[in-house]
Amino acid sequence: MSGERLAYRLVQVGFIALILLAWYLATRNGLVNPILLPSLTSSWHEFVLLIESGSYWPDLEVTMYELAVAFSIAATFGCVIGYIVSRTRFSVRVFDPLFAGMYSVPAILLFPLYVLFFGLGPGSKIAIGATIAFFPVVLNTIAGFDYVDRAYIVSARSMGASAPQMFWSVMLPAAFPVVITGLRMGFILAFLSILGSETIASLAGLGHRIVSYAESMDPAKMFAYIFLAIIMAFVLNAVVSLAEARVKRGPG
Amino acid sequence: MKLGPGQVRIGVIILLLVLWEVGVRLFGDPLFLSPPSQVVVALIDLVGNQPVINALRTTLWELVSAFVLAIVVGLPLGLAIGLQRFTRGSFFPIVLLLYAIPQATILPLFILAFGIGPPSKIAFGFSHAIFPIVVTVVAGVQNVKPALIVSARSMGANRSQIFFNVVLPHMIPSFFTGMRLAMTSDLLGVLLAELYVSQAGVGHYTRLFTESFEPAKLFALIAVLAAIAVVLNETCRRAERRMSRWHD
Repeated sequence: MSGERLAYRLVQVGFIALILLAWYLATRNGLVNPILLPSLTSSWHEFVLLIESGSYWPDLEVTMYELAVAFSIAATFGCVIGYIVSRTRFSVRVFDPLFAGMYSVPAILLFPLYVLFFGLGPGSKIAIGATIAFFPVVLNTIAGFDYVDRAYIVSARSMGASAPQMFWSVMLPAAFPVVITGLRMGFILAFLSILGSETIASLAGLGHRIVSYAESMDPAKMFAYIFLAIIMAFVLNAVVSLAEARVKRGPG
Repeated sequence: MKLGPGQVRIGVIILLLVLWEVGVRLFGDPLFLSPPSQVVVALIDLVGNQPVINALRTTLWELVSAFVLAIVVGLPLGLAIGLQRFTRGSFFPIVLLLYAIPQATILPLFILAFGIGPPSKIAFGFSHAIFPIVVTVVAGVQNVKPALIVSARSMGANRSQIFFNVVLPHMIPSFFTGMRLAMTSDLLGVLLAELYVSQAGVGHYTRLFTESFEPAKLFALIAVLAAIAVVLNETCRRAERRMSRWHD
């Protein structure tokens, strides 16, 4: 098995090395228009320069601020509305298909409207991120609280649990894992949609910087920011997945 | 008389529309918000507006081309990666890694490479749609019970017979799940690229209506696009449900 693993890793490393080599050779001999694909070395150079100078900080700050606000809004409204809807079977059957149906409309369509309402600044990005993140949170909250095993509820009630006890000791722990998954999905979707909307129309942020370097024909700098955005995506993904796994495992 | 959940749901939607209508008429700024009644009027105008219809047709064409391309490339690619244990072990993690890259960051590259016309939208939709297909095809191939393959082989089936009679039918449900997810991604990719830059597509008109402060037209255009998205998603969902039925 470990020999096989090693072979897999070798193929993977070889594949990535091949791509980097192809990138290096293609740009070195001028086979590819440098506007389209800058040389590997100059992109790397710009990336190192960017990290060392710290000039990425204002844009990263804007994007992270938008993400934090958008996610807080979506998490608050999603959990509260989801919990209220989940209180009765009837309201679940009324609202669950409604939210699911709305979720299937690509929310990025609302972005032009949000630009109209909230302007080009962070407001419209927060609005689009919150809208997109709201749906997985609310749907998972409804699902989490709705599918709590009836046996738990009945037995807790027969043992005389009060309403707050019922919520904190039975409903919440049982629904928690599903709700947390919804929050993780919402967080990632918010980040992706904020990046996407910054690309479309914005004044600052990582997505904005990538586009502005693309438009000013400075591809090496653009690639440096693309690297940074991809690294941020991987880091955020890893952090929330880890948090999800940790929370689900519970305190003991 | 007792109301069913479906009736209450329609009631909720009507209530929201009424609140929207009244709220906007009383408090709204007509430069930014339109009541639903005016959106309906704008929608009727839109149907007669040939350039907008052409833009919608272009977008639909972009969506379908990207989707078909993603299937044509993604299915064989998924099979090539999924069928062999070795290629699955080595290349599937690479696919997952690439899938995790936020593609919005490389949108400008697509515009630089393919121009601002439909090809860049098709390419961007394709790059979004191909991943769900590859991933679900690999997962589908993996989920075929080994016992079925062994027994087919022991009954003297050759490789192609095993592929067409055992592996392929078992893969179909997850392939259709992949197509549904691919349609969702395809919509996101194409619409994102359209909104980013567009010559005569819907993105051009959303920008035009925004900048000329014609919210009724903007709402109407968005409503039409949303309807297209819902129809495409629903078609894929129905197909998925149909094709996975034989299984259970």
